[in-house]
Amino acid sequence: MLKQTEGSAAVAEAVALCRPEVICAYPISPQTHIVEALGRMVTTGKLAPCEFINVESEFAAMSVAIGASAAGARAYTATASQGLLFMAEAIYNAAGLGLPIVMTVANRAIGAPINIWNDHTDALSQRDCGWIQLFAEDNQEALDLHIQAFRLAEELSLPVMVCMDGYILTHAYERVDLPTQEQVDAYLPPYDPRQVLDPANPISIGAMVGPEAFMEVRYLAHAKQQQALELMPSWADEFRRIFGRESGGLTHSYRIEDADTVVVALGSVLGTIKDTVDEMREQGARIGVLGITCFRPWPTAAVRSALAAAKRVVVLEKSLAVGLGGIVSNNVAASYAGTPDLVHTVIAGLGGRAITRRSLHKVFGDAVAGRLEPVTFLDLDHAVVGRVLARERELRRSGPIAENILRDLRVVAARVG
Amino acid sequence: MYQVRIHGRGGQGVVTAAELLSVAAFREGRHAQAFPSFGSERTGAPVVAFCRIDDRPIRLREPIMAPDALIIQDPTLLHQVDVFGGLVPDGYVLINTTRSFDELGLSEFLARFRRERLYTVAATELALKHIGRPVPNAALLAGFAAASGRISLESVNAAIRDKFPAEIADANVAAATEAFDFVMQEMQEAGHAQAD
Repeated sequence: MLKQTEGSAAVAEAVALCRPEVICAYPISPQTHIVEALGRMVTTGKLAPCEFINVESEFAAMSVAIGASAAGARAYTATASQGLLFMAEAIYNAAGLGLPIVMTVANRAIGAPINIWNDHTDALSQRDCGWIQLFAEDNQEALDLHIQAFRLAEELSLPVMVCMDGYILTHAYERVDLPTQEQVDAYLPPYDPRQVLDPANPISIGAMVGPEAFMEVRYLAHAKQQQALELMPSWADEFRRIFGRESGGLTHSYRIEDADTVVVALGSVLGTIKDTVDEMREQGARIGVLGITCFRPWPTAAVRSALAAAKRVVVLEKSLAVGLGGIVSNNVAASYAGTPDLVHTVIAGLGGRAITRRSLHKVFGDAVAGRLEPVTFLDLDHAVVGRVLARERELRRSGPIAENILRDLRVVAARVG
Repeated sequence: MYQVRIHGRGGQGVVTAAELLSVAAFREGRHAQAFPSFGSERTGAPVVAFCRIDDRPIRLREPIMAPDALIIQDPTLLHQVDVFGGLVPDGYVLINTTRSFDELGLSEFLARFRRERLYTVAATELALKHIGRPVPNAALLAGFAAASGRISLESVNAAIRDKFPAEIADANVAAATEAFDFVMQEMQEAGHAQAD
């Protein structure tokens, strides 16, 4: 059914159609609307049987999800930003124990300085924790990926994070096609756990493992993720057969067939990138786009083949490996058959800085013309940075950087973009 | 693509207005995308919301920098925020005020735009009259529908009924309908004045 609705509401509907049995959550923007909507569905009986558990922290949210999942329940939670960091220890446990929890991460920056706006720092900080990480391009895909996530998680006995851009998607009203319960039931069978805490058949989960077996357990976590790479495309095909649309899979390519320059990105910025690429194509530039839907496991073969004919690659990412450069671009460079020098990093949109077509035209134009630096910070205010550095040279007690910049910019309230 | 930017303050239903407009456009078979300027949704703080309408799926996610129409829900923003920034030369403007453009000190500035596309609507007064609360969003949306012809009053009212419980919806529909009629009247009078 076509519906004009908020991204969070669409995701809540999709999660409800997946018949979760335990939902636990602690509120943090921009994720809150999702679990609020689910909470209302549980209260009114629209979503039943399901237990909604208000917990005292994100650490508790993930711990409760672990307990529920180990007891054989389909478990769901959602978080963002500092909330994700606060549950980090339990996130590793969920993956290490092989519990198929599904979690929405409404992507948001990490402080300090405190910032509630969107970027990908939160999810990417957990890239090596053993969870599958999927990134949605729009609200339709966010909705669809949640349905696929439960299937993936339970087939593999691995937890899955569905990442959607905070505010940009969670708070955007757009058209979505909500599936029927019959469609979701046809795609997602009831949860049949590989391991379950059952008083009638007692086992323990979570043993201490010493050097004699730890490597093997970790290897199997890696091997399972590699297995996911093989299975995901066929499950995306099955999704298309039942739901009648393309969604999910490992990567999406756009106009790359004859492209000399390929832009690689994750999430909702792909839309603005595609519009820019269309305009550049009209001017004769041979440029295309590769969207990464599945960030973990990293789809090495799919990326390598999509970039095979590219003479240069621009990785535009909303994340920063401080002291190195790009996170996504490092993954891309490792999968690019050409020389790594031809993989350019563009750090963009940190802390909610708007990514505009105008700026993308400039940076992609520079790439096409062969004059893009190895690492670029899109729309960075170099003058402000220069003044901070000058102040630090002049004054030992130069003060806090963030406050100095705000004073310099005369910011009284956060600006749009 | 048609782009509308809505300025106001937290508590005036700015974000809801953009959402309602997107639902109204959806009901007319269009693609629409509504989103707020994030983070500053505190009562009284300046808030901006955006709505794009198109005949094909909308992929663009940047803020609206060159709006085709501006709805200004709070005239006290006029000299605080660059509300007119990027407005296209043939754009529409609706300002919630009981004062005239002259009284607002805007006549000179607005001379560069098309006079017949600029309207003031006493939307807060209409809201107080019909809803009993100073929420001018529905009235201004209906005023925009009248001025621009981009969306029908029926669709705006249907979106209002989708969003709110019956009693609140009825009150908002009444405010919207009176605002729509007011702007239609203004347009007719302006048309007659030109004909004279």
